[in-house]
Amino acid sequence: MKVFIVPPNSLILFDLVERYGHEPLSLMGAIHERVTNPEIESPPINVTPEDVKKGLKYAGIEVPSGIRGRLAVWGPLIDQADAAIIMEDAPFEFGCVGCHRTDEMVRYYIKKRKIPHIIVKYPTNEDEAKIMVARIKEFLEGLK
Amino acid sequence: MIKVAQLSCGTEYSGVQAEIEKAAATVGAKMVYPDVDAKDIESAVEKFGFNPTSAQLKLMIARAVAITEGKYDADAVFISSCFRCAEAALIRNELRRWIQEHSRLPVVTYSFTERTKSGQLLTRMEALVTIVERKELLARERQVGLTAGIDSGSSTTKALIMRDNEIIGKFWHPTGEVIQCAEEALEKALLEAGVNRNQLEAIGVTGYGRFTIGKKLKCDLVQEELTVNSKGAVWLADRQKGEATIIDIGGMDNKAITVRDGIPDNFTMGGICAGASGRFLELTAKRLKIDISELGAMADKGDYRKVPMNSYCSIFGIQDLVTSLAAGHSLEDVAAAACHSVAEQIYEQQLQEIDVRHPVIQVGGTSLISGLVRAVGNVVGQEPIVPPNSQYIGAVGAALLSSGFLEGHR
Repeated sequence: MKVFIVPPNSLILFDLVERYGHEPLSLMGAIHERVTNPEIESPPINVTPEDVKKGLKYAGIEVPSGIRGRLAVWGPLIDQADAAIIMEDAPFEFGCVGCHRTDEMVRYYIKKRKIPHIIVKYPTNEDEAKIMVARIKEFLEGLK
Repeated sequence: MIKVAQLSCGTEYSGVQAEIEKAAATVGAKMVYPDVDAKDIESAVEKFGFNPTSAQLKLMIARAVAITEGKYDADAVFISSCFRCAEAALIRNELRRWIQEHSRLPVVTYSFTERTKSGQLLTRMEALVTIVERKELLARERQVGLTAGIDSGSSTTKALIMRDNEIIGKFWHPTGEVIQCAEEALEKALLEAGVNRNQLEAIGVTGYGRFTIGKKLKCDLVQEELTVNSKGAVWLADRQKGEATIIDIGGMDNKAITVRDGIPDNFTMGGICAGASGRFLELTAKRLKIDISELGAMADKGDYRKVPMNSYCSIFGIQDLVTSLAAGHSLEDVAAAACHSVAEQIYEQQLQEIDVRHPVIQVGGTSLISGLVRAVGNVVGQEPIVPPNSQYIGAVGAALLSSGFLEGHR
């Protein structure tokens, strides 16, 4: 099954989803297509105003353009997702360099799509990490 | 190469990053992104004192702190975030203050939409580069020799002749074909000054038509209007030392500039909306069937509180005006409301982005509209200074600064 991960550039979540036999839908995957385009310089600079227009499907014109640009890339991934894993309170070093307003919208869309999803907190010690991985494992194994 | 440190959020995903870099490259600058260690981000946020939820805003803060602590070398700072993002707007403004309090780097802030093109950023980038590269020139307080300044604005073209720190000739007329208008204005100003063109020792040009005119007339100085106008304003108002805020409500865009000893240290340029410009007042005068020069006196006699008018759009602003006239309000009250509406929008769109420092010097053609000056005084809490020849600031600044190119910088 296709599993969308939040933060969408999380390598840990990407690895867990793959390890338990599913296809991770990540920012890296979405950007990969653009990186292979010959006109592209480097991600995410390859997001163009045309993409931002496509983001209108997910957020109205009155929404800041950076949010629409992000949603133009992440929105189609949520559309095709069969399930999602949301990790909250990820620290900066985790790879979640982003806009909190976009994060809020992404969580909202996942919930709106009513696909199976799990919300976990970023672990602060080893015990919490073990619990988090066990919960994600149980969730992924339960997806049919 | 001037290094402009970019502190931003959303530029990559808005598709405007390439435009920012293009604008910088056009004026000979390079955008740089101060390196910060991930482990230093939280401590920088704590030091700064404002802890935003968005991670990228935290990164902006850490980058700003790194610059002010001298951990990263930059010549100027460009702070930018999405238009309409409330959290970023708060951070943008506070970061600008932080940098100004902790360094002498010139800063410009800008909130962008995905429609932002490099042309819109060019004047701001050019001003940043000018402040860095031409600090010595900008510090000039006296004009020397015989020089001319031309200001090719969106509405009017002004030319002015100066000799040994005195204005000896000037002329303005509506802008049409830029070269022809500049040539004619210069000839008329020379006529008033009683000198020939070949006697001129230097010519400076600013305004929208500066590049075209600069090339054609072989001008010694071709410079954006932010730095030129601030120089002209402090010279005309005799406020060369200390701090001041310059407000220039133009025909097409508006400028609010703060200066310290005549050198701009922060500025903001509007232009998204014609409802906050001189153009709106021109439309108002036309609708009231009076000449624009009569609008100020008419507004002085009116009471803006009697007429509801506060539109972000010149078209809807005129609609408010028509409705108010139809409802039986006096022409004076409507004129006062139009002036007040422009002043309010200048306050909302621009003055929130800079620290208004007193005195406020109001310049540009619109400063001749007394009702508007009064309205600006109401919103900033102090009557602005309108120096003599206030509509010639660009031309004065250009004549003054171009004299810096004379041999030996007399």
